[in-house]
Amino acid sequence: MDLIVQRRIKQVVKGDQNAFGEIVELYKDKVYQICFRMLWDRHEAEDAAQETFLKAFLNIHTYNQNKKFSTWLYRIATNLCIDKIRKKKPDYHLDAEIAGTEGLNMYSHLASGDQLPEDEVESLELQASIHKAILLLPEKYRSVVVLKYIEELPLQEIADILELPLGTVKTRVHRGREALRKHLRHL
Amino acid sequence: MTSCPKRIVHYMHEYLDGDIQEEAKKELKDHIETCKNCRQHFAELKKTIALVQSASHIAAPAGFTGRVMALLPREGKKVGIERWFKNHPFLTAAALFLLLMSGGFASFFSQEDNQFAFTKNSALKVENETVIVPAGTVVEEDIVVKNGDIRIEGSVDGNVTVINGDRFMASAGNVTGDIEEIDALFGRIWYEIKMVFQ
Ligand SMILES: [Zn+2]
Repeated sequence: MDLIVQRRIKQVVKGDQNAFGEIVELYKDKVYQICFRMLWDRHEAEDAAQETFLKAFLNIHTYNQNKKFSTWLYRIATNLCIDKIRKKKPDYHLDAEIAGTEGLNMYSHLASGDQLPEDEVESLELQASIHKAILLLPEKYRSVVVLKYIEELPLQEIADILELPLGTVKTRVHRGREALRKHLRHL
Repeated sequence: MTSCPKRIVHYMHEYLDGDIQEEAKKELKDHIETCKNCRQHFAELKKTIALVQSASHIAAPAGFTGRVMALLPREGKKVGIERWFKNHPFLTAAALFLLLMSGGFASFFSQEDNQFAFTKNSALKVENETVIVPAGTVVEEDIVVKNGDIRIEGSVDGNVTVINGDRFMASAGNVTGDIEEIDALFGRIWYEIKMVFQ
C-alpha cells in the first residue's frame, strides 16, 4: 500500500487531483475516526476531516516522502482537532447533553433499522459511555488515547505524529488510562 | 493501599505498554498476588483498555470524498491535459493530426490561448474575467467566452459557448440558441476542430 501511496503522492505534487481522490479514499475513515473521537460531533468531525485533506492537498509539497504519509496526515488531523477543542468554551465537554439522548441520536446513524433491539440499545449506551469517557479527557491525553487505542498505533508513531518525545507520550498514555479507569471501572 | 509502593502502579503501565523489565514484572506479579487493591486496580486498567478498544469504528459519511474534491482549488489545466493525453492516446493522435493538417496547431498551443477572451460586443460588461449580459439588454449575436465565466442576466439571441469557465444564469436570463460549456480537453479539441473546419 505504501508504494501505491507514494506513487499517488508524486502525482498529487504535480497537481493531479484524481490521484488525490484516491488518497482521500484510502485514509478518509481513519482521519474521520480521529476527528470524531476527538470532537464528539459528527458534523464537526466531517468539517475537521475535510479540512485535514484540504490542508494536506495544499501543503503536499511540505510532506517529506521519506517519512510515513499517514504520520504526516494524522498530525494535520490531530492538530486541527486540538485547535478546535481549544477554541471551544472550556466547559463544553462537561455539557450534560452529551450523556443523554444526544449521544444515542448520534449513534443511531450507525444502525440500519428504525427499531433497535433491546441489547443493541444497551450496546449503544455502552458505546456512548465509552465515548463520553474519552471526551472527558483533557485534549493532551485524548489525542494519545485515540491514536493508541482507536487507531492502534505504536507509541513511537504517536510520538512522531504529535512531535513529542517518546517519554512524554508514555506519561500521557499512563495518565489517560488512569483517567479513563475512573470513568469506566463501574461499567 | 497505604503501604503500596508508587512504583507498582508505574509497573502496571509499563506492563500494559509492553516495555517492562523482567525484574519489575516479577515484582508486579508478586505484589498483585498478595495485594487485593492493586489486583483490582490492574484489572480495572485492563478492562478500561478493552472497553476503549471496543468503541465501534466509524466510517466517514457517504459522499465524503466527493465533498473533499469539491473543496480543492481548480486543477491546473496543464495536468488535466497531460492526464487526458495519457488516457486517450488514440484520440489525441487523431486530433493532433487533424490540427496539424489544418494548421491550427500553432493557435491551439499558443500562449494567447490560455488567456481570457470573449466575443466583442458593446452590450457586454466585463468584471474580473466574467462576461456579463446585463439585465434588460438583448445581445443579438453568438457569444463565446474563453478561460472566463459568463453571467447571463439579460437575453442572448444566439448561442452561448463557454470554454474553460462557468455559466451563471440569472432567473430572468434568457438564451434563445444553444448553451455549451466546454471544460474537458476532449470537448475543447472538438471545438477547435469544429472551428478549423467551419
Ligand atoms: Zn498494592
